[in-house]
Amino acid sequence: MAVVTVERKPLSFLERTYLPNIAAGLATTFKRMVQPAETLEYPEQRPAIPAGYRGVPTLVYDPNGREKCVSCQLCEFVCPPKAIRITPGEIAHDDANAHVEKRPEEFKIDMLRCIYCGLCQEVCPEEAIWLQNQYSMTGYTREEMVNDKKRLYELGGTLPDAHHKWDKKKAAEEAAAHGGAHH
Amino acid sequence: MFDFYFELPLLLRLLLQGTVVILALFPLAAACSMAERKISAWIQGRPGPNRTKPPIAGFLAPLGLVASIPVLGTLLQKFGIFQLAADGGKFTFKEDPVPGHVNKFYFILAPIASMIPALSTVAFVPFGAYFNAADELVPVALAHVDVGLLAVFALGSLGVYSLILAGWASNSKYPFLGGVRASAQLISYELSMTLSVLPVFLWVNAPGGQGTLSLFDVVQSQSQPGFWGGTWYVMTMPVSAFIFLIALFAETNRQPFDMPESEADLVGGFHTEYGAFKWSLFFVAEYAHMIVGSGIFCLLFLGGWNPLPWVSLADTIHALAHILPCVATPLFMALIAIGIFLGKVGFFIFFFMWVRWTLPRFRYDQVMTLGWKKLLPLSIANLIVYALGIAWLQTR
Repeated sequence: MAVVTVERKPLSFLERTYLPNIAAGLATTFKRMVQPAETLEYPEQRPAIPAGYRGVPTLVYDPNGREKCVSCQLCEFVCPPKAIRITPGEIAHDDANAHVEKRPEEFKIDMLRCIYCGLCQEVCPEEAIWLQNQYSMTGYTREEMVNDKKRLYELGGTLPDAHHKWDKKKAAEEAAAHGGAHH
Repeated sequence: MFDFYFELPLLLRLLLQGTVVILALFPLAAACSMAERKISAWIQGRPGPNRTKPPIAGFLAPLGLVASIPVLGTLLQKFGIFQLAADGGKFTFKEDPVPGHVNKFYFILAPIASMIPALSTVAFVPFGAYFNAADELVPVALAHVDVGLLAVFALGSLGVYSLILAGWASNSKYPFLGGVRASAQLISYELSMTLSVLPVFLWVNAPGGQGTLSLFDVVQSQSQPGFWGGTWYVMTMPVSAFIFLIALFAETNRQPFDMPESEADLVGGFHTEYGAFKWSLFFVAEYAHMIVGSGIFCLLFLGGWNPLPWVSLADTIHALAHILPCVATPLFMALIAIGIFLGKVGFFIFFFMWVRWTLPRFRYDQVMTLGWKKLLPLSIANLIVYALGIAWLQTR
C-alpha cells in the first residue's frame, strides 16, 4: 500500500486566535441547553426495557396454573455463582399434576450472588425459569435479598405458552394404556 | 415620602445602606452557585437539582409552607431554590474541622480575608441612577467617589492575598501550588486589565474637563445625545472590551483560567484543606467577584443602566412617564435603572457559566503565554493606537 502523505495546512490567523472555534463551541452548547433533557427522572419515569432483557430470574406457571419447574436441578448445577438452591419434592398421588412426579419444595435464588448471566434460563428443559424485566432489587438485610419460591412465582407470573408437554405425555400414556399395546 | 430617612444621622444611613447592599450581594452570590448547577445541567442535557422540598413540619415549617403554594412552590422546587437553602444550611452547620498540620491563625484568616475585597469593592460600583428634583442624574452607589475604578482595582487585587494565604497556611503541597499559581495568574492578567481600560478614561477625560476615574462619569459619557454620544464603548473600543473580558475571566479564576483551583491536577487548589463554612466563604467570594467584575464591565463598555445603545435612561424614563406618571418618582427611576443594570450583569454571569461549560481549561504554561505574550502586547498596542487616535480627535 502506498503511503499517502497528507499535507498539514498551517493554521490561519483567525484559527490561531481560537475565536471562531470558541464562538462555534458557544453556539453548540447553547443549542444543547435549549433542548429538552436527555435523562429520565428515574422513579417517576422508567426506561423502556428492550426485548430479551436479562433482569431478575423468576419462576413461571403454565396457562393451567401448574408450576412449570420439575426440580431437575439443572439450573442449580449450571449456576456459576451458585446462587440457586433447590429442595426437590414429590407431587402427591392424588394431585391433578401427579403425572409430572416432581416439583420444588423450596426454590431459593440468592440475589446477592446472582450475576444475571441467564444460564439457568438457557439450561432449563421445562422453560420454567425466566429472566424477566425487573432490574431493581433492594432490601435491608441479606435474608431479604434471597428470593424464595413464593416470591419467585409472584415475580414470575404465568407464561402464556401452549405446549402443555406433560398433558400431552399423560394423554399419550392413557391412550397407550387403553390400546393395551406394548405396555 | 422618604424624608425621615434623610434625617437620620449620616453614619447610621451609610451603615444601613452598606448592610442592605451586602445583604443583597451575599445571597445573590450564593444564588449564582445554583445558577451554575442549573446551567451546567441544561448544557449537559440534565434537569439539574429539582427534588429538594422542605417539610411542612418542624422548624422548616415556613419554608415548607412556601413550598406548598401551588404553582410558585413547584416552580421554586424545579429551579432548586430549596436545594440552595439546604446547601446553605449544610455549610453553616456541618462540622468544620481544622487539619492538624495547618497554621491555624492564617488558615482561619484566609477565608475572612477573601470576603473583605469581595464585599467592599461593590461600594464603588454605581448600580443605578435617578433624577433628582433639579433633573440631574444622581448615581445610586454606596460611595460615589472620583477614584472609582482605581479603588475597585486596588481593593479587588487584594483578593489574591487570601488565596496565597490559604495556600500557604494549609501547609501541604497542592494548596501551596494552587496559591502560587493564583498569585502568578492574577498578577499577569491585572496588567492587561488595567491597560485595557485606559483608552476609556483617555476618552472620558477630554482636555478642558475635570479629570475623573469615576465609573458614573463613564456611563454618563455613554448616554450623551447624538450618534457618537450614545454609542457604547464596546462598539468604539472592541479590543479593549475583549481584553478586559478575558482578563476578567482570569481575575475571577473562572474556566478556562481556573489555575488556582485546578481540580484536575491540584485536587482543590488553594482550598483543598478547607471545608464547610470556610470553604463556602471562598466560594461566595468568587461569585461576588464575578458579580462586581461583570458590573464594572457593563459600566465601562455596555452603557451601565442605559437600556440600549443610543437610548439613554433619561429617554426611557421620559417615555415611560408619559404612560405611567408614577415612574417619574426617584424610587421608581432608581428601580428601573437598577433593574436594567442587574439584567446586564445577569447576562454576564450567565456568559461566565456558558463559557465554563464550553471551553476546556488551559494548561498553566498556556495561561502564562496567553497573558504575557499575547494579551499584554495586544493591550499595549491597543493603548498606543487609541491614545494617538483620541489625541488626534480631541485636539482637532
